[in-house]
Order: sequence, then C-alpha cells, then structure tokens
Amino acid sequence: MTATRSRPLSPHLTVYKWGPHMLVSIVHRVMGVGLATVGIAGFVWWLVALASGKEAYATFLGWATWPPALIVPIGLTLAFFWHMGNGLRHFVLDTGAGYELKGNRIGALVVILGSITVTAAMWLFIFARMI
Amino acid sequence: MRGGTELARVRGLGSAHEGAHHWWHQRVTAFGNLILLLWLIISLLRLPGLEYETVRGWLQSPLVAVPMALIVLNTFWHMKLGLQVVIEDYVHGPGRIIAMALLHFWTFGAGGLALFSILKIALTGTPA
Repeated sequence: MTATRSRPLSPHLTVYKWGPHMLVSIVHRVMGVGLATVGIAGFVWWLVALASGKEAYATFLGWATWPPALIVPIGLTLAFFWHMGNGLRHFVLDTGAGYELKGNRIGALVVILGSITVTAAMWLFIFARMI
Repeated sequence: MRGGTELARVRGLGSAHEGAHHWWHQRVTAFGNLILLLWLIISLLRLPGLEYETVRGWLQSPLVAVPMALIVLNTFWHMKLGLQVVIEDYVHGPGRIIAMALLHFWTFGAGGLALFSILKIALTGTPA
C-alpha cells in the first residue's frame, strides 16, 4: 500500500515563522470544520425541536442557554465571522490582488480583529437585552 | 491549463475529466452564505424573543421559510464541498472512501431533517 509507506514530506507548518496570514488561514479551516459539524448539528437540532413540539423546543432552549454551554454559541459566532471575513478576503485574493506582503498581512489582521470585535459586539447586545 | 484538446480547454476539463466547478461552486455558495446567514442572524436578533410561539410564527412566513430552505441547500452544499477538501487533504487510503460516504450521509441526513422541519412548520401552522 503506497499510502502506508513512509515518503519524504515537503516542508510543512513546523518550518515556517508564524504570521497573521498563516494563522488566519489555518484557523479558517478549523472554524469551517467546526461550523460544518457543531454548527450544522445545532442548526438541525433547533429546527427539528421547533417542528417536534413545545417540550422538545424547551429541551433545546434549556441546553442552548445553559450558562456553561454558552461557549458553544459564542464560539460558533466567532467561527462564523472569522470564516466569513476570511471568505471575503479570499474573494479579493481570487482576483489576483492582495498578495503584497504588507497588504496581505493587514488583510489577515483585519479578519482576526474584525471577527473578534463583531462577535463581542453581538454578544454584548444579546446580554444587554437579557438584563 | 495548457493540456488537452481545444474542446477540452473550452470546457475547462483536463486529464482529470473535471474542471474548476468544485472551486467555482465553493465561491458561489460562499456568496449565497454571506447574504443568507447575515439575514438569518439579523432576523433572529430582531425577534422579540426566542420562545416557541414567536419562532414558529416567524418561520411560517414565506419570506422566512423560503430563505431558510435556501440556507439548507446553499450552506449544506458549501459545507459538503469544504469538508470534502479537508478529507482529501488528511485522510488517505481506504479510510477516505468511508469518510466520503459518511460526509454524504451527514450532508443529506442533516439537510433532509432541517428541510422537512422547515416545511412542516411553514405548511401546517402552529397546533393550538
């Protein structure tokens, strides 16, 4: 089996100096996987519970708003805005623009700081309304 | 893309018998996600609360049920394309076939459940 034979690997993650462009790209993938598994599961649970009746929906809402579990919706919000922000950045990169070192770095930093800011703003808005 | 006959080049297909459609679908569904999911987040934040009656009443409107159904089609397709690339990058050998099959079941199983739930609420109303 060729897949199990050990073959030389090209230089990978371990040999490069970390920068915002690398962080934003790797986390984009991790966040995408998170959204595709945890995010989709939560979305489907919400809709199935809503279609199943009052008790099923109460169970869902109980778990979704349980304070220790709030890390999940907050994490999914950050994952969404990060993935969205870097997706928009990729639309720019797809046109062939934004590969200069400085511009690329700034774009990556905007994605990181922007997604954190929007996530914080959204949850402050939600918490402020609940009080 | 230099290889292939003139016709294959026009069609965007090379020796892989496959063109850029995976890449292109990922981009088109990404744009769909941008519109649909920002709409969903803003709509949910604008609801007075997330109680059973409130959310069901909201979902019964055609202008909510249709975008919600579009989210299931568009976002779930984007999810499938993305996870496929992740599997192709990290899972090798026979495990890849199993992972790809599981991905299909996940996409269509979750999508079917979500779509049916939306339609049930939108078409049957809220029982008294």
